[in-house]
Amino acid sequence: MKNVDAKNHVSGKSIYLDDIPVRQGTLHALLYDAPVAHAIITHIDYSEAEALEGVVRIITHQDIPGENQIGGIFPDEPLLAENDIHFWGMPIALIIAESEYIARQARALVKIEYKELPVITDPREARKQDSLIFPPRTFKIGNPENTWENCEYVFEGEADSNGQEHLYIETQGAYAYPTEHGSIRISSSTQGPTAVQKTAARVLGVDMNRIEVDVTRLGGGFGGKEDQATAWGVLCALAAQILQKPIKYSVHRMDDMRITGKRHPYRSDYKIGLDKNLKIIAYEATFHQNAGAAADLSPAVMERTLFHATNAYFVPNVQVTAYSCKTHLPPNTAFRGFGGPQGMFVIESAIAHAANELGIPARDIQAANLLKDGDEFPYGQIVDYCNAGSTWTDAISTYNIKTIQKEVDNFNINNNHLKKGIAVMPVCFGISFTNTPMNHARALVHVYQDGSVGVSTGGVEMGQGLNTKMVQVAAHIFNIHTNRIKLETTNTTRVANTSPSAASATADLNGKALEIACEKILERLIYVAAKQMNCAEEAISIREEKVCVNGQPTELAWEKLIQTAFLSRVSLSEKGHYATPNIHFDKQKEKGHPFAYHVYGTAITTVTVDCLRGLYEVDSVKLVHDFGKSMNTAIDDGQVEGGLVQGIGWMTMEEIIYNKKGRLLSNALSTYKIPDIYSVPGEITIKPLATEGHPLAIRKSKAVGEPPLMYGIGTYFAIQNAVKAFNPNYILKFDAPFTPEKVLMGLYEGREVLAKVKAEEEKA
Amino acid sequence: MIKFILNNKLISTNESPGMTTLDFIRYNKHLVGTKIGCREGDCGACTVLVGQLRDEKMIYNTMTSCIAPLGNMQGKHIVTIEGLNMEKMTPVQAAMVEESGTQCGFCTPGFVVSLSGFAMSSEEVTFKNAISAIDGNICRCTGYKSIERAAQIIVDQLQAKDLKDPVNWAIENNFIPIYFNTIPERLKEIIPLPAISKNGTSTKVGGGTDLYVQRHDDMHHADIDFLFDKTNLNGIHIKDNEVIIQGGATASDLLYSKELNAHFPNLWQHLKLVSSTPIRNMGTIAGNFVNASPIGDLTAFFIGLNASITLSDGANKRTILLKDFYKGYKILDKKPYEIIESVHFKIPDANTHFNFEKISKRRYLDIATVNSAMSLRLKDDIITEIYISAGGVGPTPLLLENTCNFLQGKILNIQNIQEALDFIQSEISPISDARGTAEYKRLALRQIVFAHFTECFPQTFKIEALI
Ligand SMILES: Cc1cc2nc3c(=O)[nH]c(=O)nc-3n(C[C@H](O)[C@H](O)[C@H](O)COP(=O)(O)OP(=O)(O)OC[C@H]3O[C@@H](n4cnc5c(N)ncnc54)[C@H](O)[C@@H]3O)c2cc1C
Ligand code: FES
Ligand code: FES
Repeated sequence: MKNVDAKNHVSGKSIYLDDIPVRQGTLHALLYDAPVAHAIITHIDYSEAEALEGVVRIITHQDIPGENQIGGIFPDEPLLAENDIHFWGMPIALIIAESEYIARQARALVKIEYKELPVITDPREARKQDSLIFPPRTFKIGNPENTWENCEYVFEGEADSNGQEHLYIETQGAYAYPTEHGSIRISSSTQGPTAVQKTAARVLGVDMNRIEVDVTRLGGGFGGKEDQATAWGVLCALAAQILQKPIKYSVHRMDDMRITGKRHPYRSDYKIGLDKNLKIIAYEATFHQNAGAAADLSPAVMERTLFHATNAYFVPNVQVTAYSCKTHLPPNTAFRGFGGPQGMFVIESAIAHAANELGIPARDIQAANLLKDGDEFPYGQIVDYCNAGSTWTDAISTYNIKTIQKEVDNFNINNNHLKKGIAVMPVCFGISFTNTPMNHARALVHVYQDGSVGVSTGGVEMGQGLNTKMVQVAAHIFNIHTNRIKLETTNTTRVANTSPSAASATADLNGKALEIACEKILERLIYVAAKQMNCAEEAISIREEKVCVNGQPTELAWEKLIQTAFLSRVSLSEKGHYATPNIHFDKQKEKGHPFAYHVYGTAITTVTVDCLRGLYEVDSVKLVHDFGKSMNTAIDDGQVEGGLVQGIGWMTMEEIIYNKKGRLLSNALSTYKIPDIYSVPGEITIKPLATEGHPLAIRKSKAVGEPPLMYGIGTYFAIQNAVKAFNPNYILKFDAPFTPEKVLMGLYEGREVLAKVKAEEEKA
Repeated sequence: MIKFILNNKLISTNESPGMTTLDFIRYNKHLVGTKIGCREGDCGACTVLVGQLRDEKMIYNTMTSCIAPLGNMQGKHIVTIEGLNMEKMTPVQAAMVEESGTQCGFCTPGFVVSLSGFAMSSEEVTFKNAISAIDGNICRCTGYKSIERAAQIIVDQLQAKDLKDPVNWAIENNFIPIYFNTIPERLKEIIPLPAISKNGTSTKVGGGTDLYVQRHDDMHHADIDFLFDKTNLNGIHIKDNEVIIQGGATASDLLYSKELNAHFPNLWQHLKLVSSTPIRNMGTIAGNFVNASPIGDLTAFFIGLNASITLSDGANKRTILLKDFYKGYKILDKKPYEIIESVHFKIPDANTHFNFEKISKRRYLDIATVNSAMSLRLKDDIITEIYISAGGVGPTPLLLENTCNFLQGKILNIQNIQEALDFIQSEISPISDARGTAEYKRLALRQIVFAHFTECFPQTFKIEALI
């Protein structure tokens, strides 16, 4: 089934935040944010800005009736700064004006003076200064300390990965207006409607039932609107409450990039020990997460780094520790993969390091250590339904790695201008919110008198195809046409207390809740049908919109059945509640069974590097992915392709640059580059692993949002292998992204050409 | 009063001509299918088609409406996604649905508009050209593969297109609504803006692709002299052994010029490295020269041809070498009221070799880290004339004069070029910034200057010389 929104999308009829028709008297909001990263405010003068014609009000922390606090996990983040500035872009005042244009003019007239303080942008530096968001955590299994001496080979090193801007093409935004009884209705471009509601209530000093949050759809989220969409919704609600006017804020791209957090940069140390059969018998890593100025979701992101520190490998002795380092960057946040990719990059680096030293392909080490059923993850969960080996073997044989390798080797023997490199990337990613209490969801289903069906869930449609899958679930249970079913907006008054649409788990959680709701209605319909047909309930089924008795279709069609049920005063509405069974995690012991299941896959990446210019292309990515039994291959393949390309972007051209003062230099689409149509792999081949799927996945169709992003990590190592093929002097570095600059410098390091250039630069 | 047709409606508006077309479409006319992703021309979410009557025929080009001033729309036909919608999906829309080329959908109208523009263009129908039509559209969700598949379907369906009359073909084959056939007659009735000569202080706008990024908010109410459609600034001619390109020519005008393609066989590869299709449809060469960015691609291109420019203040004209136009960082040998009328250079003869190189973080639709062009004239194996430009390595675009002087009169061989490469370093003064460290820029420039030789003389020059 095609995406239910596709027809509207291609004709420009889908409604995003900025497309909502505005009400009369709507005012526009714009933040004044700090132009320094760490400072104390010494003087404020809003008079000129306030005096500008068309400026209605400048709202500051003093105007907040409730708590000036938006921190989701820890209360450490004010909505509007009071005296202290902790990052460049920290919101200070909200300008409300008759137009966005006037608000921008007014912003230029705000005069604030600061006493600047020392700025930290590097997480290692933060750790040195004991600047941590919360205490470090360690996951441990076996005993690495005692294992090193038994290792045949031990390698140590550093591996860094940079952040990543979400670059949802629709920027952040919200639209709020007052309703009766002191209530506010907020339309928000958020992945977490409940977070917006709860935080708005806290800031406005009202009960949650006074805040209604409604989300139609997002023009992309990728984690960037999980926690960080909240501020905009709350700001609009605050102004709406104070001014009793509709308030709109559609954020300008450069403001969005400057003010919001991104994927966490990590700086890490690793130590890996192998026996003579290439078994990894010990692994240690220390992760320094660059959390930015406040906690945001960093604790949860950090936790997932620990969960995925050993990727798809079984290692009997592991000790991994993570520090969430407080720096003066905007608070970093969720981004597809949620810390998992950062953890995996480190162990893949360690393996590449070992392979390089041993003069073997990294895949020999990877293959020797893949997880199997019965193995134990460092966090205590026992591996079952494992597909690490099967996706690996399938990829290696289907795509014939030996042939690919031979082709690459031959190519490299015959070419100096261009060199090719390959890498294999296995992925194992756990599905569930690692914070167990979040793994539940609800759905509300109305069957209307005419047989049409309205479905509300707590999930937010952001391009991942959730609405389509929900339609499929309902259509499947009722056995009716999909065009009878409509997905409603996500609204906190219809489905309350929701978890955000994140952790790849949205379709599982909301889909299971929807199944439950539909099944309850179906049960009642069957009772009605049985009465009508004068037979036992067990004999009744609905197939293709017809009531069947013992499998034989009758005259009683869906619409008639619904009318009959309605006239018999049977309820045609139902709510379903689902909580993932069997999961638990003990944060004291750092052990448990946090994931409903894992998703596996293996990707083979081939790249070509232009050794004259230091530019590169990804020739192909060929992969085998564990979809379970995909309920929608068009949507799931799209998630794989899109996630993969985002991962490639993170590993190659997407470079976040802050200067020493904490100012973002890559602050626009002109300086921060994401993949365009020419920079994606020439070929992407996706083979679904033949498998029965997992019972805890919605209709056995596994979660697919995040795992494919990590296939992109292979690109880093493929490029590295090509650089190595050109330059025997190249010293392995693990410092993603592998930008064209790093490639060219790597190609010529240790060569006379570069030495000359360096000498010239020093002279200059 | 600005007059144009928006989809199927005649518009006469007293809005400020400095307003962006995007704001007019979305907020005045409430046509919200055109999206905003960046307001900087860099994402394509706001793409519209702009049709112009040329020789009795409509020619449609994509433009990013976020940086297209309303003043440049006089007498044109603007088409948004709403203006393409019909009762049934168009083949472009159907292909995007069929191949799941849309996920969150936010970029999608832009892609549909661009591909519809391709369907009604007189360009050769190839997959490469179809992809080129969407090279200014960024999608964060799909990874583009599904969009490529949709493009392939469209290419297959366009095989029968009548390239002589593509708009009518597109109407007949339901790619665009039937009202398009009324547009030429209706446009003729719109009287063009009188060519008001503005006073010296008014801001001159070509395509606006630079000004609307740098000074977005100032432009709304600015007093503007719109140069984009001035007839004296348009066109490419050959005269007396010289190629003359008028200052208002866009990068697309260059790309599709028969005259230029005849002399520059690799023009497509070179100019494809400059911005994107919609930006090339708007950005003019004079705008590129005057914005004075040290990394302007067209500037480097023409300095490498040792081109001259002719400036006019209305009464007097003067001609200078383009390289001498740059006096310091964003300081020009130009009075505020002077305009660039044309750029001209000697037609390259059969013994002249030309190449253009650009390095950027992303290969396409990115500003250069460094760029360079070279033209070299050989007699036997002696270099009789050589010009090598360099961008991104100093406060202004440069001609590498010492390097060129050194090579002038020398034999074209590996020793001489190796030696010349060392000369470059003393002529440049790159700084470290978001596009790269100074060291990298030094190395990268050296590499692309060498690349000029490997490209022009692949038998003689090979990468092995650098190892
Ligand atoms: C997304 C994007 C990507 C880009 N990529 C590239 C790229 O890859 N390479 C590159 O080189 N550039 C790039 N640019 C910059 C820009 O598109 C070019 O420099 C373009 O050629 C500018 O022309 P314009 O007519 O649009 O300039 P405008 O913005 O109209 O004007 C620029 C300046 O020139 C003056 N001016 C314009 N015409 C004349 C004239 N005839 N006489 C005197 N003064 C004049 C204006 O007053 C102004 O000062 C990009 C821009 C965008 C938005
Ligand atoms: S909004 Fe991005 S190109 Fe116009
Ligand atoms: S579909 Fe979301 S940006 Fe393209």
